[in-house]
Order: sequence, then C-alpha cells, then structure tokens
Amino acid sequence: MILVNLILILLVGGVIAWISERQHPNLPRWIALLVILFDLGYLCAVADLSWSQIAVVPNPSDATTWLFHYKAEWIPRFGISFELAMDGLSLLMVVLTLVLGAISVSSSWTDIKQRTGFFEANLLWTLAGVIGVFLALDLFLFFLFWEVMLVPMYLMIAIWGHEGRSYASMKFFIFTQVSGLMMLFAILALVVLNQHSTGVYSFSYFDLLGHNVGGDIAYWLMLGFFIAFFVKLPGFPVHTWLPDAHTQAPTAGSVILAGILLKTGAYGLIRFVVPLFPNEAMAFSPIALALGAVGVIYGAILAFGQDDFKRMVAYSSVSHMGFVLLGVFAWNTLALQGAVMQMIAHGLSTAALFMIAGSLQERLHTRDMSKMGGLWQNMPRMGAVAMFFMLASVGLPGLGNFVAEFMVLIGLFKVAPWVAVVSALVLIVGAIYLLIMMQRAFQGKPNEGLRLSDYGGREMLTMAVMIVGLVWLGLYPQPVLDTAQPVLDSLTRLVVEVSEAASTTDIAGAFP
Amino acid sequence: MSMIELQAILPIIVLTVVIVLLMLVIAFRRAHGLTAGFTVVGLLCTLLSIPIAMAVGEQTMSLLSVDRYGIFFTVLLLGVALASTLLSWEYLRHRSGRNEEFYLLLLLATLGALVLAFANHVVSLLLGMELLGVSLYAMISYPEKGKLPLEAAIKYLVLSGCASAVLLFGFALLYAALGSMSFVEMGERLSAATDNQVLILAGTALVLAGVGFKLSVVPFHMWTPDVYQGAPLPVAGFLATASKGAIFAALLRFFMEAQLHQYDTLLVTLGVLAVASMLVGNLLALQQQNIKRLLAYSSIAHFGYLLITLVAGGMLGGSKLAVEAASYYVVAYVVTTLAVFAVISLLSSEGGDEKQSVTDLTGLFWHRPLLAGILTLSLLSLAGIPLTAGFIGKFYIFTAGIEGALWVLLAALVLGSAIGIYYYLRIIYVMTLQDDNKTVKYSSPWLGEIVAVLLAVLVVWLGVLPQPLMVYVGGFF
Repeated sequence: MILVNLILILLVGGVIAWISERQHPNLPRWIALLVILFDLGYLCAVADLSWSQIAVVPNPSDATTWLFHYKAEWIPRFGISFELAMDGLSLLMVVLTLVLGAISVSSSWTDIKQRTGFFEANLLWTLAGVIGVFLALDLFLFFLFWEVMLVPMYLMIAIWGHEGRSYASMKFFIFTQVSGLMMLFAILALVVLNQHSTGVYSFSYFDLLGHNVGGDIAYWLMLGFFIAFFVKLPGFPVHTWLPDAHTQAPTAGSVILAGILLKTGAYGLIRFVVPLFPNEAMAFSPIALALGAVGVIYGAILAFGQDDFKRMVAYSSVSHMGFVLLGVFAWNTLALQGAVMQMIAHGLSTAALFMIAGSLQERLHTRDMSKMGGLWQNMPRMGAVAMFFMLASVGLPGLGNFVAEFMVLIGLFKVAPWVAVVSALVLIVGAIYLLIMMQRAFQGKPNEGLRLSDYGGREMLTMAVMIVGLVWLGLYPQPVLDTAQPVLDSLTRLVVEVSEAASTTDIAGAFP
Repeated sequence: MSMIELQAILPIIVLTVVIVLLMLVIAFRRAHGLTAGFTVVGLLCTLLSIPIAMAVGEQTMSLLSVDRYGIFFTVLLLGVALASTLLSWEYLRHRSGRNEEFYLLLLLATLGALVLAFANHVVSLLLGMELLGVSLYAMISYPEKGKLPLEAAIKYLVLSGCASAVLLFGFALLYAALGSMSFVEMGERLSAATDNQVLILAGTALVLAGVGFKLSVVPFHMWTPDVYQGAPLPVAGFLATASKGAIFAALLRFFMEAQLHQYDTLLVTLGVLAVASMLVGNLLALQQQNIKRLLAYSSIAHFGYLLITLVAGGMLGGSKLAVEAASYYVVAYVVTTLAVFAVISLLSSEGGDEKQSVTDLTGLFWHRPLLAGILTLSLLSLAGIPLTAGFIGKFYIFTAGIEGALWVLLAALVLGSAIGIYYYLRIIYVMTLQDDNKTVKYSSPWLGEIVAVLLAVLVVWLGVLPQPLMVYVGGFF
C-alpha cells in the first residue's frame, strides 16, 4: 500500500490545492509544496530502508525480492492487475521526481498569477502520473500512467504557457501520443503472443519477462517500445517537440519536463526495452548508439545557434540525454551506472538552468539573449548561481554531470571506441555554447537604467538544494551507485543469460 | 404467437402502447412539460418491462429473437432515448413553436431502433430501419423552421430513401438466389450455394452499399456532415448514437448468425471500407470550424475503427472476441458521443442560434467549468486516452486486430488516431483560452446538466472498471 499511497497523496493533494484557491490565491502554492514534502517524508519514514536491504540483488522476474510490491486484481478478463513495485532504480527516480517537484513549485511561486489552484493541481497530478510510470509493472497500468500524465502537462503548457503555446502543446501531445500508440501496439502483441504460448492473458512484467518471443516479430515489438521511449528521451531526429514545448511552457512546466518527464523515456529503455527483448536490443544497438552520438553532437551544435535562452537549454537537453541513450545501449554496468547518474545530474542542472531562464523572463520580459548583457552587475547572486550551473552542465570535474558523462564514455569505449571518441567531442562544443551564453547574458556592458531585483531568499534556498545535490553527486556518488548497482547487476545478468542461450552476437564487432 | 413469446417482446409492446397513449395525451392537452414528462415515464416503464421479458429466457421467433444481445442493445437504446428526451426538453423549451409531436417522433424512432436490436430476419430489419429513418426525417426539420434543417431533412430523405431502395433490392436478389430471408437460414444456404453466384454477389454488394450509407462509411458518407449540421443538436445526437448504434447492432447480428465471416471477398471489402473511413473521416475533420461537422467526420472515422472488429471476427472464424470488442466499442462510442452532444446542446439551450462554431467555445473552462470539464473528458475519450471508455474500446480493437493479424488495418488505426488527436485537442485548447471580457449570463439548465454529468460518470466508469461489462458482452452468441 505504501506505493499506492505515494500516488494517492499527490492526487488528493492536487484536488485540495485546487479547492483551496477560493480561500486565498496564495494558499495552493503552500499546499502543493507541503504535499510534495509530505510525500517525500512519507517515503523516507515508511520505507525505512537500510543499506543491506537495498544491496539485495532483486530477481527481475520475481516480485517478492523487490523492495516493495503491491498487486491487486483489476481487469481479470485480460489478466490486468494493479501492480506496483519498487527497486533501487525506481527509488532513485521517485526521489528525484519529488525533489524536482518541490523545486518546480518554488520556481513558479511568483511566475503564475492566475488560477494558481488549477495550476498547482495540474502540477501535482503530473507528478503523480510520473511516479506511477516509475512504479507500474503491469504493462497496461504502465501505459495508462504514461498517457494520462500527458493531460495535466498539456494543460499546463496550453493555459499558462508563453506566446506560441498552442503549437507547442499540441506538438508535445501528438508526438508522445502517437509514439505511445506504437508502444500500446507492441504491448498488446507481446501479451497476445504470450497468451498463445501459455494460454492465459497477463500484462504483468514478471510474467512477460521470461517469455522469449524470438523471430522477426520480436524485433518489431522492440522497435514499438523503443520509439515511444526514444521520442520521450528525446533522440534525434524526433526531438523537435522538445525545444518548442520547453520554450513555451511556464517555468515550472519546463523544470518538470526537462527534469522528470524526459527521464521516463530513459527509465523505460532500461526497464522494458532491453530486459524484454535482450537479443533484439543488442542487434539494434549499433543503430541506437549511432543515433545517440548524432543526438549528442547535433543537440550541442543547435544549442550553439540559439538566441532564445530557454531554447538553448532545451537543445542542451537533447545533447545530454543522448548520453543516456549511449549508456543504455552500451549495456555494461559502468555505462549503465553513468546513464542513471546522468538522469539525476541532468535533472538537477537543467532544472536550475530553466529556473534561471524563467527568472530572467519574469524580470526582463524576454528570453532573447541578444537583449541581455551585463546582468551580473545588476544581479550578482543570480550571476554566480548561473555560473555554477553552467560549469556543471559543461561537465566540470567535481560535479555530478562530469561523473555521469565520464562513466558513460568509459563504459562506451569498451564496446564502441569510435562512438565514444565522437561523443566526447561534445565536451568541447558544450563548453563553447555555454560560455558564450554566459558572456552574452551575464557579462559585457550592463544596460543602464535597468533596476532588477536579485535573487531573494526563496530562490537562493531552491538553488542551494540543487547546488548541494550536484556537488554531492560529484564528490561522493557512491550512495547513488550503490542503490542502482543491484538492479543493474541483475538486469545485465539477465541479458547475458539470454544472449548466451541464443547465439552469441558480438556487438563490439559492429564497430571496428 | 404464444403468451411466452408475447412476454418476451414486452418492451416493444409497452413502447407501442406508450406511443398511442402519448398521442392521446397531446390530443387532450398541449403542454410541452407534460409531454416530455410522459415520454420519460413511458421510457422508464419500457425499461422496467425488460426484467419481465427476460424472465422467460431467450426466445427465438420467426422475425425477432429476444436474447442477451438484443436486451443489451435495448437497454442502451432506451438509455439514449431517455437522455435525448431530457436534452430535447432543455433545448426546445426556450424555443417557440408547438413541439409536442416531436416526442412522438422520438419514441417512434426508438421503437424502430428496438426492433433492429432484436431483428433476426430481413423483414424485421427493414421494418425497423424504415421506422427509424422516417421518424428521423421529420425530427430533423420539425422543431426549427430554418433553411438548414429543411435542407438536411430533404437531403436525408432523398438519400436515405435511395439507400433503402438499394438495400431492399439487394435483399430481393439474395432472396431470389437463396429462397429465405431469415439470417440463420440465409447463412446455411449461402454456404451450400453453388449456382447463382452472380445474384449473390450483386445482392451482397447492394446490401453493403445500403448499410454503408446508413452507417455513413466512406464512400457512402457524403450526407453525414450536412445532415448533422442542419439537424437540431439533440436530434443530431440521437442520429449519431441511437440510429447508427441500432443499425450496427443489426448488422453485427446478421454477420454472426449468417456466418458471413467465412467469405474472404466480403472481409476484404469491409477492410477497404474501414481503411477509407478511418483516413477520410479523420482527414476531413481536421479543418472543420463547425463542431457538428467535425463530429460528423469523426463518427465516420469511428465506424471505420468499428469495422475492424468485423474483419478480425472473420480472420478468427467468428470468434467471441470480435463480438465482444464490437459491442464494447459501440457502448463506448454511444455514451461518449452522446455526452459531447449533450454539452453542446446545453450550451445552446438559451434559445437563439446554436453554438456550432469551435470559436463559440472560447473560454468555456472559465465561465462554465462543469460543462467544459465534461466536454474535455468526452473528447479525450473519443481520442482514446486511458481512464475513459474510449480507451478500453480502442484497446479491444487493437487486441482483436492483433489476434487477427490485421497489420494494415491497425496501421491505419494508428494513423487515424494520430490525426484525430489534433482536432479533438484543438477544441480543448480553445476552451482554455482567456476570455475574460465576455460576461455571460445564463440560466443553468440543471436537468440537462444532470444528464451530462451522468454520461460523464459512465464514460469514466466504463474506462476504469470495465470488467463487469466485459464479462456481459463476452457472453453473446
């Protein structure tokens, strides 16, 4: 029930926040913040996990070895159940979701002035949907959360977004929905094939995991899953929804989109694509790695060309999330650990950059960097904070992003050295566009006569949380690695077993 | 006819008696509220007679067969009629004119629909279809005396008359070849038939064209947008749900009882019609600025989706899964579409011009949140987003399609749904726009709003807890 409560608290909290607007327009903000913190506290208090529990290697096809498991009958006609489970990987993702949720509430504190109640409600419901995605292990339920979380997110962009919100919100919804339909197709085909061989319908991850489909059809099913997650990640060339959606969304929306929603795609790749179709995923990995490397470079080059602050950060997301794709399809423990680290570090650093973009827009009413300049003199605190996150994003050693990208590159080098070499170029391109951003916005001649208020206590506190997080990830990432390690171990073992059972394919051979 | 058989068709008898009584009531006293109230009571009595009819078990007669399948659609159709009555009352009471006979027509159309739900013979099929159709011509042009309703009614009269003639001719050819008009016997003789192939082929083609017209399947869809646009909103809602639902129910029974799933030519034809409907319907809906026309095209697409189940039934040798999928989809479609029409019809319940244009909905979220919420939910259901009835319907079609390995049809389904999201979302987006300088005063049509809320609850309920209905529709045939 713990897992169900995690979601329920957010859903009910959203309703309360919505209603509370009638009392006072400020009340929904406090309620939303308290609900998220309460949810986080609830997870910590009730979960009460010790390191020894986390260190237990879960058996991917046996739910009882997981940290938590909840299952209730739902639609027995098709073997659908309400099944949630948590292991180290989903634990990390849920904590990240809640932390960034609280940050996004803070980032929209003064930004949203109209209909605050409905806004905070949508925010909380989006978080509930995302947590559902991270916990659901019935494929039907997973798909349900995957689609339903779009609706409040869509409303957030469509109602509170900027000038181009109509186009951006529509594009966001259609891209995700269409790719989602392909996943639904793949899920149902997998279930039907499983039903043909076992005689019963079941949507449970644990039942489907052992089922080796084989043949050409398995490759197509793997692609169905892959496309859905790849669009969400997002990967080149289906990333085009992301710059629009991120740019037009209100600040809190951008923070959630970049910080959390993109991670559902990465999570899906690790949780579903490779374990369900190990052979096919390995056969596909040269293409996936190539797409990842192209995404890394292409995103960085496009980020270099942007004038719009938010658009630049959005393209840098495309670039950084490419590393996750590389890490997953390199499929060794080191690279996978790097991918998980990148999910967390990118969540924090990009959320902070979007928050800075949001504060700039609130103060200057523009996102155009050519109209900025010398802001450091007006707002020294914001300048310093921006400098920190810019360096984090570049991959400065000692901060979380460096650890993540370094691990991915090392892991990747073992498998496909040339891809690693090409991808590593981004460390140069990334430094260029981020330094230029810093120069254009914060340095140079200040605009005389501009009175701007610097960051206050609320903003500094929010930023401090993320700064501490990134420094901690950079200097002492061991707890995060330890939490993810057992899960990744079990998954890599599973894949090795399956691929040894089939003919051994040498994926390294694809890249001389 | 034995007493047992009479008891079995009690719903039809009760409804007929109600119609006669209603005529007398109108003759004695013309009062809009009284007529509407009597109609509601009459429909409720018909609903209450169903348990009595079911007490004698399944009865197969020469023209009608009263079984679980028929009873199921009867309940659905009576529910639609009930909702339509209340919505029509809200719609008509602020409009001038003598509208009492409208309810008579509504009940007659419902009677036709009920006959279709039970029909197991060509004669009862045609009878029901004509009763439904002829009542609808009048319903379309009756309450409003404008140019558009008249155009719509005449268009529907002429085209529907042609379609009926084609259908009749088709059945006549089949009768000439097979010598029977009962569905079951036709099926038996069809599979044994060796000569008269040309007659059978021609007859089937004509029947397909006729039914395709009634269900507005591409390429027989041309009338749909004009008739939807011209018909008063509650009538358009009735036409889209009860009329099409009943005809599809009869078609599905024909398909199953006559074992039509074994003929590959027919399946291929149905597949082509399905793909054409899905693509054309969705593409033409894209640029519509009129909600009624948009819904017309979207209903064309939805019947394309529905035809997939028939083809899947054929590939699976008439399996129960296909019937189950089709029945569930019809329920989901009917409930959702009716909810959409309910909301739009309530928006126009003030009298005056109908709120037909998409831009009329600007800012609806902020001045009428309840109706906007229901409309959003229903549109999401039409688009097939989870937690709504529409999603479970689509889930069924996907499952049936995958079981039948209908890859081309499913690809068209994915493509069609992708296009569909755009125009459904566009309406939702317009509703979220700021429109603060418009101060709208309206009297709350509370009775109609209750109907809309109930429909919305049904949409969610069918989407969240589908198991009971799944079990029920799984027991057909």
